[in-house]
Amino acid sequence: MSAHPPPATPGIRRPAHPLPVRIMHWVGAAAVMCMMLSGWAIYNASPSLPFTFPRSLTLGGWLAGGIAWHISVMWVLFADGIAYLLYGAASGHFRRNLRPPGPRAVIRDLTATLTGRLGHRLGHYNAVQRLLYVGVIAAICLAVATGLAIWKPVQLGWLCGLFGGYPLARHIHLAAMIAIALFLVVHVTMVAIFPRTLVAMVAGIPAEPEENAR
Amino acid sequence: MTPLRLPRAKPAVTLDEIRPELARIGRRHALHRGLSLGGLALLTGCDLSTHSGVDAALWAMLRFDDWVQAALFSRTRLAQTYPASAVTRPFRFNAYYAEWQVRETPPGWQLAVGGRVADKTPWSVDRLRQLPQAAQVTRHICIEGWSQIGQWSGVPLHVFLRRVGADLRARYVSFACFDGYSTSIDMPSALHPQTILALDFVGRPLAPEWGAPVRLRIPTKLGFKSAKNLQAITVTDTYPGGYWENQGYDWFSGS
Repeated sequence: MSAHPPPATPGIRRPAHPLPVRIMHWVGAAAVMCMMLSGWAIYNASPSLPFTFPRSLTLGGWLAGGIAWHISVMWVLFADGIAYLLYGAASGHFRRNLRPPGPRAVIRDLTATLTGRLGHRLGHYNAVQRLLYVGVIAAICLAVATGLAIWKPVQLGWLCGLFGGYPLARHIHLAAMIAIALFLVVHVTMVAIFPRTLVAMVAGIPAEPEENAR
Repeated sequence: MTPLRLPRAKPAVTLDEIRPELARIGRRHALHRGLSLGGLALLTGCDLSTHSGVDAALWAMLRFDDWVQAALFSRTRLAQTYPASAVTRPFRFNAYYAEWQVRETPPGWQLAVGGRVADKTPWSVDRLRQLPQAAQVTRHICIEGWSQIGQWSGVPLHVFLRRVGADLRARYVSFACFDGYSTSIDMPSALHPQTILALDFVGRPLAPEWGAPVRLRIPTKLGFKSAKNLQAITVTDTYPGGYWENQGYDWFSGS
């Protein structure tokens, strides 16, 4: 099967992002934001780094409120994440769009990005995007796994042991949050530079033709 | 090795009891999904203390999580134990008040026993020491996130409950303390082999700040469930809540 099947009718192209991807993106985005902000409320109760988050930025207001949000929204994130992973594997979305690029392609596209020469084609994923999206999916999976480990260090003792025990698993959970936050900074910046990508993630506008075959 | 299968005790919460709440949560979730980041700003005020619909949904979700946790709980799965050399020093004091407010054991103290038990005779420390004892070096994990390893020994709660003729089919065991604290746990967790009425901490009788004369030590739950300075134990079918639980700490809080 070719990577990009030709459209059945000339002029009618596939959407830049299929509807399931758009829905799961926004449900996941809302869930990750809730998890992060409520996580900050929990973090503030016993900070392991020399700073706390401003209360106005947190969700839940205090420890119990933060936990209530955290262990409520985790089900949304969990369901959305499982649905996305299944869809991505079954539909070819991962193979087509997120297959990790070679180091040469990353260097080429990163250089082009930093020098402002990389054109953004809606519906096509360049090497830097692939790397970032695979990275954030991995970071979210790590956050979920370490989150389960520190939520249930006895009942899921094997998982907690996999991450080196409760204290280490808790630190890895925090590190995964930081990785996701850094991704968000880059991601939102790129969307601000290319606002039409935001439109493409909301409406079903068609993918743009690829500049030239590589 | 075949895992030992104990007859599953009656769960603290059954699905039928929370089904209407679950339906309500489902609708709330649909609402949540419709909210964008702008809506998020409106939600940050929801902290379990308001009478908003969102706070009601959060409380309902806490009950759902309690049900999931009760289902995940295993009576035979043990918390990790450590060598005595792993005990954290200095051990951190923690209570809902400052350390200088710790209360000494009241004169003539006895542990009261009430509710669905056959024998309501109060217990002295000496009598408790005549029961079979168990020791453990386990990790105490605070709901705030920090943790420390301690060494406790005392009477396994399942031994005590059987001794006083408690109705082991009751749903809750509640603990009242003479420092004004209170908490409660589900019966399956109460019968877990590592749940003990601790009399000693690191080889010595409990000092007041560590919960003298008797405290609960339950390594399968978060630290705030290990109530110190016990005054009364009650076996009941009526949800007893607790000091922190009534303010919004997740009731089951299993580890």
